[in-house]
Amino acid sequence: MLNSLLFNLSPAIFLAFAAGMIGVFALMRRMSLAADAISHIALPGLGLAFLYKIDPLIGGAATLLVGAFLIWKIEGKTNIPTETIIGVIFSLSLALGSLITPQEDLIEALFGGIGSFSMLSFAITTLITLGIIAAILALKNKFILQMISPDLASVTGLKSNRLNLYFLLLFALTVILGLRFLGTLLMGALIIIPAAVAKNWSWNISSMLIVSSIIGALSVIAGFAIGDYFNMNIGPTIIVFAGILFFASLFFKR
Amino acid sequence: MGSILSVKNLSVSLTGQKVLQNISFDLEKGESLAIIGPNGAGKTVLFRTLLGFHQYSGEIKWQPGVKIGYVPQKIDFDRYLPLSLGDFLLAKANILRLSQKEAEKHLPTVGFSREMLSHSLGTLSFGQFQKALIAFALIGDPDILLLDEATLGVDAPYETYIYEIIYELQSKHGLTIMLISHEFEIVYKYTSKVLCLNKEMLCFGSPAEAITEKNLAELYKEGKHYHHHHQ
Repeated sequence: MLNSLLFNLSPAIFLAFAAGMIGVFALMRRMSLAADAISHIALPGLGLAFLYKIDPLIGGAATLLVGAFLIWKIEGKTNIPTETIIGVIFSLSLALGSLITPQEDLIEALFGGIGSFSMLSFAITTLITLGIIAAILALKNKFILQMISPDLASVTGLKSNRLNLYFLLLFALTVILGLRFLGTLLMGALIIIPAAVAKNWSWNISSMLIVSSIIGALSVIAGFAIGDYFNMNIGPTIIVFAGILFFASLFFKR
Repeated sequence: MGSILSVKNLSVSLTGQKVLQNISFDLEKGESLAIIGPNGAGKTVLFRTLLGFHQYSGEIKWQPGVKIGYVPQKIDFDRYLPLSLGDFLLAKANILRLSQKEAEKHLPTVGFSREMLSHSLGTLSFGQFQKALIAFALIGDPDILLLDEATLGVDAPYETYIYEIIYELQSKHGLTIMLISHEFEIVYKYTSKVLCLNKEMLCFGSPAEAITEKNLAELYKEGKHYHHHHQ
């Protein structure tokens, strides 16, 4: 029992670490709202997956990647702000997704649900998540400089357009992997809230990354434990717990 | 000594408007060049074009392999973010695959102690921030430094101090300097060449040659009209 709990919990904890880290950069790029919005883009894919009985993650991944690519393309070709582009694509996705998804599956698609893992999906989820964390750490300094000043980043030899693509891809991957736990409506919160807490409780970028990851992981563990004990839906429980930490961080600022 | 930068017939249009027209000049290694001109003369655009941010016609020839340090007029970022001076400097060193020591090497140059590294970027004063930008630009030991009004909004004593730093970099370390300035006194004191710019190049030469009353009247005549309106 304990083993199977750990088996199901550990990918979620790794994912929370990744989400906490990517959230730091999302917050710094003033993309917090986008963090929430972009996760909604997966809904039509989830709907199609439920409709044709394939793995929801594959469907979600497919539409999310298409969405991320569309946003990146429009971003490069026009002067429309990123958040506006995302705003259009995400509301459209939510509308389309609600029409496509079978009624009985809609709640799970929106709020998540913790199914049990097969050995294969456990391995894949864990490996990709660790890959995301490694990529964020490797690109950390480039993201920092680009965020402080795109001009200085460019003079230092960085390719902004490519970095934006990397960021969006890492972002999208994190969201895809999180859909199973938190659903399209709540996954964004696991990216935004820990970073928002960390902003109040850290003094430099490294501390912010660490605090944000820990807050994410702590919320997942607490959400699992509390949800399990009181027989509540785990996804929303995770986010409510993270939300409480956020308000605590407002009152106990560093 | 050879030209570190050679510009020929440079013209730039932004959103359909000619912003720079037929600019030609050479910059020798180790020289310091001041660009003067009224607001909207295209000084910043000239810098940004040299750095590759704008499309242009004509020719810009940098010495092969030249390393450029750039100190922008200002940068906009959220000052409440937990970003330390150390994060900022280390990011560049890390991207250039340099050691932490290289990132910190130029702190004394701008008069910072190592303790400053843990200071939040957002809490630095205006003058300190300009110094941080200079320290940042110096990471990787550039051959040339481009400073866009490095002392805009900085108090007078601080301003002199920043120019002393720049002058020392040029005279002692052989750095080539290009700077945009409004202060003729500073231009006279610290630079070897002056380029007067108001969309076109109106003068080029040593300060004594370039900063003549005739040239200045020509250069700032639109500005004076503008002033007149307000009086």
